[in-house]
Formats: sequence, structure tokens, C-alpha cells
Amino acid sequence: MFRYTIRRLLISIPLLIVASFLCFGLVNAMGDPLGEWKLQKPRTPAEIAAAYERTGYNKPFVERYVSWAGDFVTGDWGESVTPGNAGRPVKEELIKAFGVTARLVLGAEIIALFLGIAVGVLGAVRQYSIFDYTATGISFTMFSMPLFCVALILKAGGIQLNNWLESIGADRWITTAGPPGEGFSGGFGEQVFQYSGAFVLPTICLVLIQFALYSRFQRASMLETLNADYVRTAQAKGVSQARSIFRHAFRNALIPIVTVSSLNIGAQFGGAVITETVFGWSGMGKFVIEAIVKIEPYQVLGFMMVTAVFIIAFNLIADIMYAVLDPRIRLD
Amino acid sequence: MTEIGSPVAQAPAPPQGEASTFDATTARKQWQVILRRFTRHKLAVFGLILFVALVLFAFLGGVFWKYPYTDLGFKRYLPPSGDHPFGTDRLGGDMVAQIIRGTQFSLQIAMIVAFLSTVIGVVLGALAGYLKGWVDTLISRFIDLLLVIPSLIIAAVLARNTFVVSVTGGSGSNSNWLVVALYLGLIGWLSVARVIRGMVLSLREKEFVEAARALGASTFRIVFRHILPNTIDVIIVNATLAIAQAVLLEAALSFLGLGVQSPDTSLGLMISQNKNELTLHPWVFFLPFVFIVLISLSVNFIGDGLRDAFDPRQKRVKA
Repeated sequence: MFRYTIRRLLISIPLLIVASFLCFGLVNAMGDPLGEWKLQKPRTPAEIAAAYERTGYNKPFVERYVSWAGDFVTGDWGESVTPGNAGRPVKEELIKAFGVTARLVLGAEIIALFLGIAVGVLGAVRQYSIFDYTATGISFTMFSMPLFCVALILKAGGIQLNNWLESIGADRWITTAGPPGEGFSGGFGEQVFQYSGAFVLPTICLVLIQFALYSRFQRASMLETLNADYVRTAQAKGVSQARSIFRHAFRNALIPIVTVSSLNIGAQFGGAVITETVFGWSGMGKFVIEAIVKIEPYQVLGFMMVTAVFIIAFNLIADIMYAVLDPRIRLD
Repeated sequence: MTEIGSPVAQAPAPPQGEASTFDATTARKQWQVILRRFTRHKLAVFGLILFVALVLFAFLGGVFWKYPYTDLGFKRYLPPSGDHPFGTDRLGGDMVAQIIRGTQFSLQIAMIVAFLSTVIGVVLGALAGYLKGWVDTLISRFIDLLLVIPSLIIAAVLARNTFVVSVTGGSGSNSNWLVVALYLGLIGWLSVARVIRGMVLSLREKEFVEAARALGASTFRIVFRHILPNTIDVIIVNATLAIAQAVLLEAALSFLGLGVQSPDTSLGLMISQNKNELTLHPWVFFLPFVFIVLISLSVNFIGDGLRDAFDPRQKRVKA
């Protein structure tokens, strides 16, 4: 196991290097960060030359890549470079955005996982019951919905709720302008109120979509273990219904979902692009979309590298957990 | 497959080859079984009818509907009424005509994406699985590489360059919907390729492949005539589900402002243009939303029904 982990970690280094080159090519394909700025009004040649010097786009592609990669490895991730937006350090902003995303995603992911497992197991144990059909119907519908519409509808609902709360004389609860700020006022109750108001809608939005995935997955794997021979053997030996379901079937049915959820969490750290955009959370997703729209090469690159590291890391975690949970799997 | 539906079983065997008649009969039976399983899956049949209706609505609706989508002479934001069953939009266009056009664009994009990603995925997956060695290493590592960057971000980055013109105030390039479709198709093949590679890896060791090789069949013939027909169920189900995914991905991209641009349109773009009208003029927001859900729901139902119909182990519907 240890040797396997080390080997995988070593393999991921060349993967990251090649990925960084690919990312650099992709970012280059976004176009010239100064393209639109040059068209806005006539610029003097000196102005243009200075702007290109700052973006680094006056040098050939390979030279730019080498100098960016060298800086990146030593911890200098560059700055934003487009006119009017220049000079914001990429690393600091990314760390901040990551904190925002992590706060949002972790809670939602845990809720979705527990809910999904519970509903999936119940749906499998009571297959083709009304509960099963309802759960299947809900997750099918969630799969078929554009997430941003769900978010927009939730947001509109939140505003209605606020208006109603105000009309009965209460405070407005729901906020859709990102996480609560640092400077808190008021006592504990008020803080809970503020926190929950900011978190409730984006969390519901993320939970709904992840829950659909997890519950379907858990239902399928639970059905498989419930029909497995060892569960029938246990029941034939006189093990009680509850014990055969929870000790024999359920524990084995958890193995696949551990893999799926750890892969999913890795990808989620790359930002919940839509949810963050709609609810105004300046997390990773919002960060990268704004950077793409502005053509900020180093911001997009920084984002891509951070996401790549997380996805590779959680891939490895998924494989290791799989081997830990299922001793039949030999990693080496 | 030419024998489907013809009464081969009743016809006397042609003298020159009993074997070929036998093959035709079994092939027909297998397809019949699949067809029967599918038609007994109520939701899948419902999905198929709904999907066909949507396609007819999108591609023929414009011919029969009384207002063309270019007619913007009505009062803005008229609520649904007898003359305008879906109301009118922010520019004073009839919403039925607009929805027809949006559905048409969304379906076109989705079908191109599904086609492209399936073809690329199947060919590369089959090559990797059959040839193994350095070809497999190259293709598999390339897939690993692309999987470390979220595909929505790759699509957004690629799409950015196409829309420089429209952001600076000029009109967007013509047929930019096609560009969006191509980009999404070019990044959508990863999972299909992985699945097909896995299947081909095990199929290539089977005796019938060995027999074909012993008979001197070329690599091309072995892969495309002997191996891939055995993966047709996975290919069809994946292609179906890819349509649903493409509709949703395109909508998300258009919502972020990096997808289809005016003068082209799509259901996703229509929703995003009307996102602030949700409470004031709900119909301009909810109608394109409902049509997106209808498309992806119907396609998901079809895909689910096909998966069950192709799976010989499933017991839910008796064949």
C-alpha cells in the first residue's frame, strides 16, 4: 500500500507537468488579453508595448511557458494583467476563493451524501414501493434540470420569503450576496440567523443535484448486494432481516459510493460554478469564469493547476480507500 | 439486419445456404426481443413519443405556426392568451415561434455533440483496447490528462476566443451555435472511450476474434465487424444519454455567457436572457426551462428503457 501510494505520487508529477503544458496551450487559445483593450480607442505604440511587456505576450509561446512554469514552481503564481484589472496577485486571490468554495461545498457534500445513502438504501430495501418510485422520480427530474434554473428559482423564492417575513414584521432572512462578512454584529442568535440566511439556498441547490447522483448510485449497489449469494446464505442461516440488511448488505454496498463521492468532492473543490455565480459567492468557480471572460491568463492557469492537483489527489484517495475497504483488491 | 420485419421464419429455406437463414432468424429474434422489452417499458415509450413530438415541433412547427420568429411587432410581455398561447417576449416576438426556434437550436447542438462524442469515443476506445501497447498508453494517458481539468472550464476557455467580436459590441459570428456544438463534442468523448476500451479489452480475447484472425481478417474488419457490434448496446445507451447531457451543458455554458450568442439562439440562452423576469413575467423564463426539462427527461427515459431492453439479465419485463 505504502509503495503503491509513493509510486502513484511519483507518476502524478509528469502528469502534472504535461497537464500544465496543455493548460498553457488552452489558455493561449483564449486569445490576446489586450485584444479588446486595443480596439476600445486608439493607443500609442509605447502604451501598447508597455502593456504587452506586462502581460508577457510579447515573447514567444515556449519562452512564456518556461518562465511561467519556473515561477509557478517557486511559488510565484503571477498577477492579473489586463488593463484596468492589473496587479492582483493570483495566489492570494485563489487561496481566498478556495476558502469560500470549501465552506460552501463541504457542508453540502456531507448532507447530500447522508441523505443520498439513506434514500438509496431505503429505495433498494423497499424496491418498487411508493417511496422507491417517488425517490426515483425526484432524482430523475433533478438529473434532467439545468442547475442554474434551480438556483434562479430558489433565489426568487428566497426573495419572496424575505418579503413575506417583512410583511409579518420579522427580519429579512435570506441573503444572496455571498458568505457572511467578517465583521459580525449582535449576539449568538443573530449570528446563527445571518449564517443560515447566507448558506441555506446555495446549500439546498448543491444538495439537490448531488443527492440525485448519490441516491441512484447507492440504490443500485444496495440492490446488487441484497441479491448477492452471501446475503441469501446469511438469511438462510437465520440471521434476522435487519442484521442481514445492515451488517451484510449495507456495509458492502458502501464501497462503491466511497469511491464516487471522493472523486466528486475532488471535482467540487474546483468550484460550484453555477451555484457560486447565481448566489454571489466569490469562490473558485466564479473566480475562473470571471478570469475567462476578462482573459486573465495567469488567473486561469492558477485555477487549472490547483484543480488538477485536487482531482489527482482525490483520485488517489479513492483508489486507496477502495483497497482498504475491499481487501480483495491488491493495489501493487 | 435487412431481414428485420420480413417473415424469414415462415419462408422455406433458400437452397444455397441454410446457415445464412439461421443467422437471419436469430438476429431478427434478438432485435425483436429488445424491441418488445423496450415497448413494454412504459416510461421509455412515453419518452420516445415525447421526444419525437419535440423534434417534430422544433423542425416542422415553424412551417405551420402563424407567426414567424422574425415578427417582433407585438406588444412586449403579453401574457399567454388565445392568440399567443405562450405570450410574447421582451422584444415583442411571439413566444411560440421563439420556443420553436430555441428548441430547434438546442436539439441540433445536442445531436451534433452526441454524434461527435460517440464517434470519437468509440473509435479511440476501440483502438486503445484492441491495439494495446503504445497506442493504448497514448490514448489512456491523454484521457487522464483531460480529466484533470473540469470539462465545463475547457469548453468555456475554448469558447472564449470565438466570441471576442460579440463582447466588443459587434454582432456575434454567424452560426456560432455550430462552434459551441463542435467544442462540446470534442470534449465529451472521454467517458465513452473509457467504457468501450474496457469492453474491447475483454472481447479481443474471445474465441470468435481469434477465429476471425485465423481466417485472415484485417484489423479494421475485426474491430468494426466483429468486436464493435458486440458493444452496440453500450454505444446506443451512451449516445442517448449524451443528448441529455449536451442540452444541459450547452444551457449552462450559455448562462455563463460563454455559449451560444445572438443572433443564434438556444433554450439555455433564452433562459439566461430572461433570468430577471422570473417573478414579473414568469412565462418567458419558465417556458424555455420546461422545454429543456422535457428534452432531457424524455431522452433519459429512452436511455433507461434501452439499457433495460439490451440487458439480457434484467427480469423486470418478461421478454
